[in-house]
Amino acid sequence: MKIAVCMKQVPAVSEGNMDPETGVLLRAGLEAIVNVYDLSALEAALKIKDSRGASVHVFTMGPAKAENVLREAFAMGADEGWLICDKAFAGADVLATSYTLMQSIRAAGDYDLILCGKQTTDGDTAQVSGGLARWMNLPHVNWTTEIMDISDADMKVRYSMENRMVTASVSLPCLVSVEKDSFVPRMPSLKLKISGKKKEIHVLTMEDLEDKDKEHYGLSGSATRVRKIFPPPRTKQQEPVTLGGAGAAEYILSQLGHANLS
Amino acid sequence: MRKSNIGEWSGILVYVECRKGKVHPVGRELIGEAWRLAEELGAAVYAVAAGSGLDDISSQLTGCPLEKLYLYETDDEYTPIVYENIIAGCIEKLKPSIVLIGGTYEGRALAPRLAVAFESGLTADCTSLEIDTEGNLIQIRPAFGGNVMASIVTAHSRPQFATVRPGVMEPVFEESLREPVIVREMVNLTDERFKVLEVKETESGDSITEQNILVVAGRGVRKKEDLEMLRELSELLGGKLASSRALVEKGWMSPREQIGLSGNAVSPQYMITCGVSGTVQFMAGMKQTKNIIAINEDPSARIFEIAHYPVCGDLYGIVPELIERLKMQKGDDFTGI
Repeated sequence: MKIAVCMKQVPAVSEGNMDPETGVLLRAGLEAIVNVYDLSALEAALKIKDSRGASVHVFTMGPAKAENVLREAFAMGADEGWLICDKAFAGADVLATSYTLMQSIRAAGDYDLILCGKQTTDGDTAQVSGGLARWMNLPHVNWTTEIMDISDADMKVRYSMENRMVTASVSLPCLVSVEKDSFVPRMPSLKLKISGKKKEIHVLTMEDLEDKDKEHYGLSGSATRVRKIFPPPRTKQQEPVTLGGAGAAEYILSQLGHANLS
Repeated sequence: MRKSNIGEWSGILVYVECRKGKVHPVGRELIGEAWRLAEELGAAVYAVAAGSGLDDISSQLTGCPLEKLYLYETDDEYTPIVYENIIAGCIEKLKPSIVLIGGTYEGRALAPRLAVAFESGLTADCTSLEIDTEGNLIQIRPAFGGNVMASIVTAHSRPQFATVRPGVMEPVFEESLREPVIVREMVNLTDERFKVLEVKETESGDSITEQNILVVAGRGVRKKEDLEMLRELSELLGGKLASSRALVEKGWMSPREQIGLSGNAVSPQYMITCGVSGTVQFMAGMKQTKNIIAINEDPSARIFEIAHYPVCGDLYGIVPELIERLKMQKGDDFTGI
């Protein structure tokens, strides 16, 4: 069984600020980390590898330094790493990102299962995996909490919907996005980390993809454009009461007086 | 991206999510917003619903200014390929310029499939929508974690897909409106690749969306262990502990306990926020709370814009005092029995 896992490098601090005078974006931390939600997708893949054997390939799209995502994945147990890296891919929205991922995964081979985290901490939309599934013409299981009884042909999955849990049987190949809490990522192993350092990384540029039309990628392939960014309008703020611990506690309790405290 | 002949697309289609014959409240909210936008565009508003037992859907949309309501009778439980095909078929027929979808579990699964099917733009979790001078939809959403807003347009392709979280828009009720034309269709679509085996309702009462009182932990909480103090406070008040997104990303709290655009929308009677700065994405998930008590050390914290009872102070000084007093109150009650 071959499993593809999509992982993204994101800024360590997701909350950027904007200088209200200059409109310049201030990003507090320039350090880049692996999107935490994607570690759960990798964990789900490694669990399948542990139980029935599988070759786990990790795909990441980004600048050259996103290679670190792949090294980190090797340290957890991933077998192969694919870096999707081309200037033409930059500035992609949901549509163009999911298209680039589809082209890249297809160029790399046939996979029985594609795993994604449920969202990223920077884009925060939870829409790319759904788009990727559609580009690949695959069924998509969203908000997955459990993967059970996986065979070469199909698997049983459990996933969240509003106010309910659904169990379904889904045939392979398919795409699964996982819930973070349900697949707690394992610690990296020192041995794998060392061997992973020497592992070859497969780099995919536009030349390696079937569709080489640069109009289909990055900003030019995107259907949406950010027209402007601006600081959120501020409404007038109430003057807060400034009280010490005891005084503040009394104040809060008096406001809570109407609540039916059990 | 597929460039569209924009003139061929007009009107606004709202996906009305329903289950067991009941309309999800976000449907009415989206129709309300669509109506506002449609007046500006001089266009019509349509709605589409899919599921089983759809007889009462139109009566649940009374007062919604709809031109047409499309009802597709199919399996009640959402599955990706069947639902995508049904709604895509409706879009194909109607050619709406804008498609609005609720930012629910179902809507966020459906929306990207539709956007890719039409190779058009999708903007997720919009907090406000406007129309520009050329008639494009301006989709506004928080970016970079929520301290920056972005205006996003889908200029060259149609439809313009947008999702909006429940509780963000206002529903509409117009007394004197004529009834929409109802178009009913049976669908015989099945998907051999995706079979629902069991649907189990989750037990209610436990979720943060169902509480009267919430204590909310924010970035101002310094260590994971300190959450115990806040959890104790929430339990003494008979409520639950929730959190802002920062602590979920740190792994201290679960996404199920997260309030905000990327978490849950809540509207309890009382909320005490502790060390929550109040990003736009957080406030979009809780602004309907009846009584907001906000504790924050920073007098210019954004949370004070919407707090009913803003308290500038150190949560580490205030919370233990609150716990002590609540325990004393409980003790008094107990000896009184």
